[in-house]
Amino acid sequence: MHGRVLIAMLLAALIATPAFADRYVISVLILVFYFAYVGQAWNLMMGFTGQLSLGHSLYVGLGAYVAAGLWLHAGIGPWLGVFAAIAVAAAVGSVTGWLSWRFGIEGVYFALLTIAFAEFTRIGFDHIDMLGAAGGLFLPVNAEEAGQWWNLRGGPLLFYYLALALVAGATLAVAWLRRSRLGYQWVAVREDSEAARALGVDVFRAKMIAMLISSGMTAVGGVFYAFYHRNLFPGQVFEMGRSIELILAPIVGGLGTVFGPIIGAFILTPLGEALIAATERSGFNAPGTKAVFYGAALIAIIYLVPSGVWPWIARRLGFSEHRQ
Amino acid sequence: MSSILFNVVVQGILTGLVYGLMALGLSVIFGVVRVVNFAHGEFAVIAMYAAYLLFSALRLDPLIAMLPIALGFFGIGYALQRLLINPFIGRPAHEQFILLVGVAIIIVNGLLMIFGPDARPTNLSYAFDSFAIGPLFIDKVRTYAAIAALAVTGLLFAFFRYTHTGTAIRACADNLVGAAVVGLDVKRLYALTFGIGLACVGAAGTLMVTIADATPALGPAYTLLAFTIVIIGGLGSMAGALIGGILIGVSEACAGFLITPSMKSMFSFALLIAVLAFRPEGLLGKRT
Amino acid sequence: MTTALLTVTDVSKRFRGLTAVDRISFEVAPGEIFAVIGPNGAGKTTLFNMIAGVIACDEGAISFDGARIERERPDRIAWRGVGRTFQIVRPFPALSVEDNVMVGALLRSHHLDAALEITHAVLRQLDLFDKRLHLASTLTLPDRKRLEVARALATQPKLLLLDEVMAGLRPTETDRMVGILKEINRTSGVTILLIEHVMRAVMALASRILVLHHGARIAEGAPNEVVRDPAVITSYLGAEAL
Ligand SMILES: Nc1ncnc2c1ncn2[C@@H]1O[C@H](COP(=O)(O)OP(=O)(O)O)[C@@H](O)[C@H]1O
Ligand SMILES: [Mg+2]
Repeated sequence: MHGRVLIAMLLAALIATPAFADRYVISVLILVFYFAYVGQAWNLMMGFTGQLSLGHSLYVGLGAYVAAGLWLHAGIGPWLGVFAAIAVAAAVGSVTGWLSWRFGIEGVYFALLTIAFAEFTRIGFDHIDMLGAAGGLFLPVNAEEAGQWWNLRGGPLLFYYLALALVAGATLAVAWLRRSRLGYQWVAVREDSEAARALGVDVFRAKMIAMLISSGMTAVGGVFYAFYHRNLFPGQVFEMGRSIELILAPIVGGLGTVFGPIIGAFILTPLGEALIAATERSGFNAPGTKAVFYGAALIAIIYLVPSGVWPWIARRLGFSEHRQ
Repeated sequence: MSSILFNVVVQGILTGLVYGLMALGLSVIFGVVRVVNFAHGEFAVIAMYAAYLLFSALRLDPLIAMLPIALGFFGIGYALQRLLINPFIGRPAHEQFILLVGVAIIIVNGLLMIFGPDARPTNLSYAFDSFAIGPLFIDKVRTYAAIAALAVTGLLFAFFRYTHTGTAIRACADNLVGAAVVGLDVKRLYALTFGIGLACVGAAGTLMVTIADATPALGPAYTLLAFTIVIIGGLGSMAGALIGGILIGVSEACAGFLITPSMKSMFSFALLIAVLAFRPEGLLGKRT
Repeated sequence: MTTALLTVTDVSKRFRGLTAVDRISFEVAPGEIFAVIGPNGAGKTTLFNMIAGVIACDEGAISFDGARIERERPDRIAWRGVGRTFQIVRPFPALSVEDNVMVGALLRSHHLDAALEITHAVLRQLDLFDKRLHLASTLTLPDRKRLEVARALATQPKLLLLDEVMAGLRPTETDRMVGILKEINRTSGVTILLIEHVMRAVMALASRILVLHHGARIAEGAPNEVVRDPAVITSYLGAEAL
């Protein structure tokens, strides 16, 4: 029970943070929330269902481009566009899932197939002129739209609270799913799909639903990304590096746990920021310095706490959130 | 037209042989150690820089530099397996993945720190020479690179077939428990295999400078390229890696010629998706 | 005579050159405990896997509860009411004992509360209630074997397929399992088809026995007749009598 109190206090603190934090802290926290959110979405696939997707940038990118494209070309606002984004991402996700799982593609092969789909799409988008092709798609900043929150135009606070709401909503949804019939089927599939099948679990269906929910949720993150950054380049949003970035928080935080992705994002994003600051201050800021340390930190973390930081913290705090 | 296309195909085959050698390294490592080397292309790029340095400092031709570089890479691979990767053997795939992604990030950005983002060309004196055979004009550099790649591949085949250690490594790949039971030092064989895998990459990377200019950004692209080839040919199959390399080389060359160079890897990925959909074990892979 | 719950007709399976199961036919009546015995490699597990839908049979027919199932998927067969255990136990290692069984219970009851109730009842039956919060990976072999049965039972099957659930157990553990299975069969009327090596358990449980050897049937009948059958004694009991 005191876990809930703790969560409520944390949430209250995050709601109150903008009152005393500066712009920089807010912008870092927005990033933290973003990664926690897409991390939750990815965790459904890998953490719960055991399907390693290394191409989730595909769904971020699709979500971003669909919503941005609808806004630019049809004047359809993001609150409506997000549904189209979800639909497109889920459709592509289901094609990926169907192709893989119908043909018995598992493990490493599945992971590589997800990369292939993302890369395929990236190069494809490089050639879609309507969406700016390789030159990028820009959402213009018109003065008369300023403050129109319904068009996702606003200051950092709008995006701060929006991102916070996304994380909170995703976390609630994941916590609920985890304790649902579907959630039990997912973890059974993850642990041993053959044994799950013997207990009447339709393994293909369970994986497909995980894929649909995960890709749809990720696309929402993409819509957020598009309207927050207001520029999109295929080489940036679909890139494999993006997919990797997106899966680090849940892995570092603790796969298959509800709070892992959040904890992971709270560790990794500030770590990255601190490295930027440190390299800038040291005067030795050749490009790549920060990333070298980041890579080393990854190796250290996976070496020292392979099952994630959150289970380790949880044990110390006396909660028991081992992987469900 | 048709003779130009024929030219393009031949160029693709030659490039594909070098690709195949690189992919062979990945395939050998996965086939034996069961670890997917997510930093594979990054290692190839290190070799490219090594070849570039040897050429610009000592005027050493990549075809010769290939030997010391491959040897050095063997050492790196051996040490890497012993020190860093060994504790992760048998651990879940995502943990190995994070480990090697960490390595890849360090390599790409380390190179970026040292050499900067600009491409470093290796300007060989015979870079623009070509052999004229009937209607065909074949680049000299590509021909030499392809021959060298074939030679290394042949050596590797011979090693696995005829030497005691090679046979032991294959035994390890086929039946790990059995190999341990008959007293093979599995850890040493794994380290040797990783060394051999990286030696392939080292050689392939060195040859690659005759085809492309070294730049850090090539790392992830080559990793993907190697994956694509290996999956198409069949993960763990040595001949498959070569066939896959040739297929991708030809597909890239044709797509680049017939459509646009920037779309060339899209065709590779389409090929990959098709293979995975209809023959997931790869063209020459064994169904498990 | 009542109609059989399970009817296996002329079922065969070949692995490359080897005929693992050779034109086997038998019937299991509702409520019965039927045993399949035979030396290692006789084809018992293969026969099971065909009934459970894991392996497609090369020829023959399998009917369960009035429907043909030889072409159905394992999960559909489970849904029809066949619960099975694996000879080499396959618990969900990172899940608690309770959650392991919950996966089975959720097959028929879509509500968590109802499923939890079934789970607890089954765990009590199998003497696992006190360990319900342990991770499955931490259980001892006898506990894992019972977890295997508990999970299958939680799907509320009409037919329970048990593949060597006594193997590797000490005699006291075997007797415990025999007692539990008898009790389950008596109270819930579930039909049991069991593969077993431990003759003591087979004699105590089964009303009929089918003996396989090299995939073929060499005897079938009541336990007392079967153990006196000369063919059975030479090919199986003589060599491996326990
Ligand atoms: N998947 C398989 N592939 C090839 N041969 C198999 C396979 N499964 C079982 N066999 C062979 O079929 C025979 C019967 O095996 P099995 O049904 O496991 O016997 P039992 O359970 O009676 O010990 C054995 O000779 C075994 O080696
Ligand atoms: Mg058996």
